[in-house]
Amino acid sequence: MTTETIKMKGSDAIKLAIEEEMERDESVFIMGEDIGQYGGAFSVTAGLLERFGPERVRDTPISENAILGCAVGAAMAGMRPIAEVMFADFLCVCMEMIVNQAAKARYMYGGQVNVPVTIRVPFGTGIMGAAQHSQSFESWFMHVPGLKIVLPSDASDFKGLMKTAIRDNDPVMFFEHKRTYYYTNEVPLDKEFMIPFGQARKFTEGDDVTIVATGAMVQESIIAANKLKEENIQCEVIDPRTLVPLDKKTILGSIEKTGKLVIVDEGCKTCSVSAEIAALVAEEGFQYLKRNIVRINTPDVPIPYAPNLEREIIPSAKLIQNQVKNLI
Amino acid sequence: MNSDELPKEWSSEESINIYKKMLMIREFETRITKDAGKIKSPLVHPYTGEEAIAVGACAAINEEDYITSTHRGHGHFIAKDGDVNLLMAEIYGKEGGICKGRGGSMHVADFSKNMLGANGIVGAGPPLALGVALASKMRNEGKVVLTFFGDGASNQGMLHESMNLAATWKLPVIFILENNKYGWSTPAQTATAVEDLSLRAQGYGIKGVIVDGNDVIEVYKSTKEAVDLARKGGGPTLIECKTFRWQGQTTTDADKYRSNEEKEEWKKRCPIEIYKKRLIRGEIIDQTMIKEIEEKTLEQVELSVKFSKKSKKPDTGTVLDDIYKNPIDIGGN
Repeated sequence: MTTETIKMKGSDAIKLAIEEEMERDESVFIMGEDIGQYGGAFSVTAGLLERFGPERVRDTPISENAILGCAVGAAMAGMRPIAEVMFADFLCVCMEMIVNQAAKARYMYGGQVNVPVTIRVPFGTGIMGAAQHSQSFESWFMHVPGLKIVLPSDASDFKGLMKTAIRDNDPVMFFEHKRTYYYTNEVPLDKEFMIPFGQARKFTEGDDVTIVATGAMVQESIIAANKLKEENIQCEVIDPRTLVPLDKKTILGSIEKTGKLVIVDEGCKTCSVSAEIAALVAEEGFQYLKRNIVRINTPDVPIPYAPNLEREIIPSAKLIQNQVKNLI
Repeated sequence: MNSDELPKEWSSEESINIYKKMLMIREFETRITKDAGKIKSPLVHPYTGEEAIAVGACAAINEEDYITSTHRGHGHFIAKDGDVNLLMAEIYGKEGGICKGRGGSMHVADFSKNMLGANGIVGAGPPLALGVALASKMRNEGKVVLTFFGDGASNQGMLHESMNLAATWKLPVIFILENNKYGWSTPAQTATAVEDLSLRAQGYGIKGVIVDGNDVIEVYKSTKEAVDLARKGGGPTLIECKTFRWQGQTTTDADKYRSNEEKEEWKKRCPIEIYKKRLIRGEIIDQTMIKEIEEKTLEQVELSVKFSKKSKKPDTGTVLDDIYKNPIDIGGN
């Protein structure tokens, strides 16, 4: 074991985790569109083909159902596949294999089978992707029993959670916000560095307001919290890191202290991650609340192409800052 | 006709086993058709009339080879040596069922036999079969996968993706198309512009063959050839088995969309009768043995019903088990 860390980008941290797990366990392999020779649309898998060869780093046709079916079937047969869906938006053409097969197999077959598949999903805005290359679909999958939903927000969490996902015996949806690929922080080099599912992370401590944020919204919230600190408003920024299982205890514990909750989520507002967390707090933490719950989401609109239009609808540090101030 | 018609590699015992299995499927379906109403389970899809396909195809593989099944899966389950008691109890929704009453008719599976499950989604088996075949290939196990699907499923996009990938990667998958002429009430000729669905194989660069799906030996021989090819790394084959389901889509289907003439015509070509006659001509079995097998089969089916009735309902306290490997906090009341 080493305590050494190295500063790296989110995308490199994911690759490091995959590399370590492929080295450790022969049953781990990765497949997807343009992941081998090209190295992935976001270069997450660059170099893996050279290192592990085409049997374990598999370029596929553009056939999301076949990719997901193949990964889920291989998992049922005892492998630990990682499947990449190039953009979250493309999940729409392979929902079947995720929702009706991977998520259900253990239960509907009476516990006879493990489905240790990791489904990697780049998502979110920031690359002028417009309506079909920018969406945030993580809340959809929270509605499907049998799936675990992971959504890290920085490089070290990418590494620790990816390793846990690969070793998990259930299907894991691993959401990777495109903007967070480029965020850098210190990443442990320990090959057993694993972050358990269901443990939220507190980025800042504070007594005034709890901010629960996911994905790229975590950085925006941290920036807002730092600004607010200058005005003597102390925010506690919490990233649940996994949406299923969800660390209710940390969220509720923080609200017990602050009495105020702001949820920041890039998904469209209706039936979103923020909606679920708000419902949880209304049900189980109502007595702690001193103010109404504030949800900061993208409104229910397709993502526009023009950067100024995109900026108009995606929650920003400035917006979070203002909303927190309004709440106080 | 003489006993030479039987595959040379089949011993008398094996030849008789083929008959026993087909008969078991027939009697099982006959019985569950009677009982499905009583247990108020309307989504039970009987395999009656198609027995030769599951049994013939599974006779061409080994115990450690895999199959994926369809919503009409009882026959595949029995053909892959699944336990009839556990099958019946599952359809009865009992704790003693193969899936502990969680799956029911459309989800019967026996992973200990590498029967990877009936599947409620039409066309969902083949994509999963790809992965199972890939796992076998990557581990150099030499195991093959038979993936059963129907004429209805053949029009799902999933099938196109699956055949293309299997062909491109030369995966050891055999696509067994049970063309029973109808997707529920929709005649195949109104759903597809070609009569022979096996023609599609050409588009993937794989071999496509047509067999008489009511002839267990033909199904066996074609599957065997495909299995041998797949084991040698030659990739997949598409086998279209022409057949007909004798009953409605489900046990509750009034089946008014097919004429009596058509049904009667197909019943004249009963796969079990065809095979039985061959066994008799080949002097593999005689009337005494036939009677004995029939009695034994009915007895086993009756026992499975008794087993199912005796088996407990699943304990409601276990309803949240097996969602995940280890329980997580899933909320609820």
